[in-house]
Amino acid sequence: MGKIVAVTGNEAVANALRQADPDVCSLYPITPQTDIVQRFSSFVSNGVVKTELLNAESEHSAMSAAIGAAAAGGRVITATSSQGMALMWEMLHIASGMNLPIIMPLVNRALSAPLNIHGDHSDGMGARDTGWIQLWSESAQEAYDNTIMAFRIGEHMDIRLPVMVCMDGFIVSHSIARMEYLEDEEVKNFIGPYAPKNPLLDIEHPKSFGPLILTDLYHEYKRLQHEIMGRVKGVALKVSDEFAKISGRKYGLFEAYRLEDAEIALVILNSAAGTSKDVVDELRDKGIKAGLLKPRLFRPFPYEEVGEALAHLKAVCVMDRADSFGGYGPMFMEISSAMYQNVGTGRKPKLINKIYGLGGRDYMPHDARQVLLELHEIAGGAPVRVVKEYIGVRE
Amino acid sequence: MELSTKELLKWSAEVKLRQKSKQEARFEHGHRMCAGCGAPTVVKMVLMATEYPVVVSNATGCLEVSSCIQDYTAWKVPWIHTAFENAAATLAGVETMYRALRKRESGKSSPAENVKFIAFGGDGGTYDIGLQSLSGAMERGHDMLYVCYDNGAYMNTGIQRSSATPLGADTTTSPIGSANPGGKLQSRKDLTRIMAAHGIPYAAQASPSHWLDLMTKVKKAHEIKGPKFINILSPCNRGWRTATDNSIEISRLAVETCYWPLYEVEDGKLRVTVIPEEKKPADLFLKPQGRFKHLFAPENEAFLKKVQGEIDRVWEGLLKESAASAETGNRAG
Repeated sequence: MGKIVAVTGNEAVANALRQADPDVCSLYPITPQTDIVQRFSSFVSNGVVKTELLNAESEHSAMSAAIGAAAAGGRVITATSSQGMALMWEMLHIASGMNLPIIMPLVNRALSAPLNIHGDHSDGMGARDTGWIQLWSESAQEAYDNTIMAFRIGEHMDIRLPVMVCMDGFIVSHSIARMEYLEDEEVKNFIGPYAPKNPLLDIEHPKSFGPLILTDLYHEYKRLQHEIMGRVKGVALKVSDEFAKISGRKYGLFEAYRLEDAEIALVILNSAAGTSKDVVDELRDKGIKAGLLKPRLFRPFPYEEVGEALAHLKAVCVMDRADSFGGYGPMFMEISSAMYQNVGTGRKPKLINKIYGLGGRDYMPHDARQVLLELHEIAGGAPVRVVKEYIGVRE
Repeated sequence: MELSTKELLKWSAEVKLRQKSKQEARFEHGHRMCAGCGAPTVVKMVLMATEYPVVVSNATGCLEVSSCIQDYTAWKVPWIHTAFENAAATLAGVETMYRALRKRESGKSSPAENVKFIAFGGDGGTYDIGLQSLSGAMERGHDMLYVCYDNGAYMNTGIQRSSATPLGADTTTSPIGSANPGGKLQSRKDLTRIMAAHGIPYAAQASPSHWLDLMTKVKKAHEIKGPKFINILSPCNRGWRTATDNSIEISRLAVETCYWPLYEVEDGKLRVTVIPEEKKPADLFLKPQGRFKHLFAPENEAFLKKVQGEIDRVWEGLLKESAASAETGNRAG
């Protein structure tokens, strides 16, 4: 039986990492993630975990050291945000290309310039193509649960890939919420001991990590990465089933909220989904058939399942807390791709895209209400005024 | 030190290169380095100097791209390459995991005892883009040896100047031309001293021409716990525009002209380990190299003098410091 606590998202995630008792934690401070590695350092200093800390001199080195440590043959964690992830970018590709299951909470924060420390999804979306598995979390509870499950997914022998667990900077990382911790022993048993694969430290059987591979085989390596990513959905669902048995909390590839009989819906990630669900309820009370889809597994993206879940709707707004300047919002592009398979079947809602909450700009119930009412009009036959638009802008 | 100074001296006195070269090579033939390149010689000497099991981290560069091309590797030891600027950080991660796993003592799966960790990087990957990563690893005190094979430019990408490129060298990004008859107008960064200034227990400079000096330094470094740095001259006939059969000869001239002084800094005390019987003029080292050919044009006479002046200044400073440490040592002793 778990323990009910009131903690911040960072504290919850730090405790999930403590319960995993990794072998090495490489770290570098950055707001709003710093709190995680500070708490973890304190666990080390107090002998609560057996982990060796590596205080890197940059995020680039933190990820490089994480790669070296993981290749050496043990469980490795680190954590970052925003500019830190941007500095790691080169190494993120190398971690996944070398099939190293490093676990990294990403406390989502805006990217400079202008400099801003608050929550948006620009960092995580920028790491979309790095070959990492991405799990997104609405609350401290979800961030905690996803962190625990990340070890099982990333370290699975059919996968062996790094995983980033995303949660909103400040809104979740620094807000105290009620949640439930699992018992240490339960988590330990659930995650299990680390099983090394081709460890570099096996002196008797020397391995070469990171060779040069040119036109003859590079393409095949990349296809292999693609194939491994294809196995993640199945493993994530299986891990989720097992997790439900110890926690009572069941996670899918995404959360569908009042979606089954809905006519309009929002697709929205992380903390803003919570706010939006309240407004969905409010509109339901008024007889408007609203719903919501909150992606959890963003890489690999479950196109077929999402496409199916949204197919019956009349109008959908994809909410993006990041922008691809000169393009649509990054989540909108995914949802458009997911819906394209339904072209010709008539099972395709009208799609619009709103950019909201950049740099920590508040996302309020009235924002959700305004968007859902616009969708209601579109569902009733009104033309789509504009596909992509910023909302909550101070004019 | 695990090995006493006396034992080390005994080892130096008895070691024979011929006999050493008969032991199983840990860096094998079959790699694709250029004919006459100094780097593989340097790597062989470094690996030959110790019997401990080693794990190698390699920065992107000539050595890396030429020694491990799928499905072949010249390395008979565990080897890891991740990127260009982070051979030190990568190895720091490996070494930290080693400590973590040894601490856990998980029996059968626990790694072997006394594993030594060596990073190899070129001067571009060490003096320039990798300096921060190296500095961080040295400050954190990882038990590792970083070896820079210094060929004085970005040779892998085609001879671009680095902060290790010597004053006056003609490179593809400091080319001589009508508006710049001098080539590289700045002096080299003194990386060995910068590393020594980190307060690490051992920093040294070596040359493959003086193999015993080089191997003794490596041997010594492996006996010292903590971070160590050795900067080794590595002639590149493509970049230096020299013949393919004289890399040892040219590195010997580098030492004899005092262009590349051989010294070590142990626990803060600097000692020049090889003092040439006769300090030769810099011309002897510079002239055989195409990258310095322009310095011998009449209009560059003053510049050539500047090059010689720079060499003299550094060498005299080292001698003074070496003598001062010897004196303090004597007094203390």
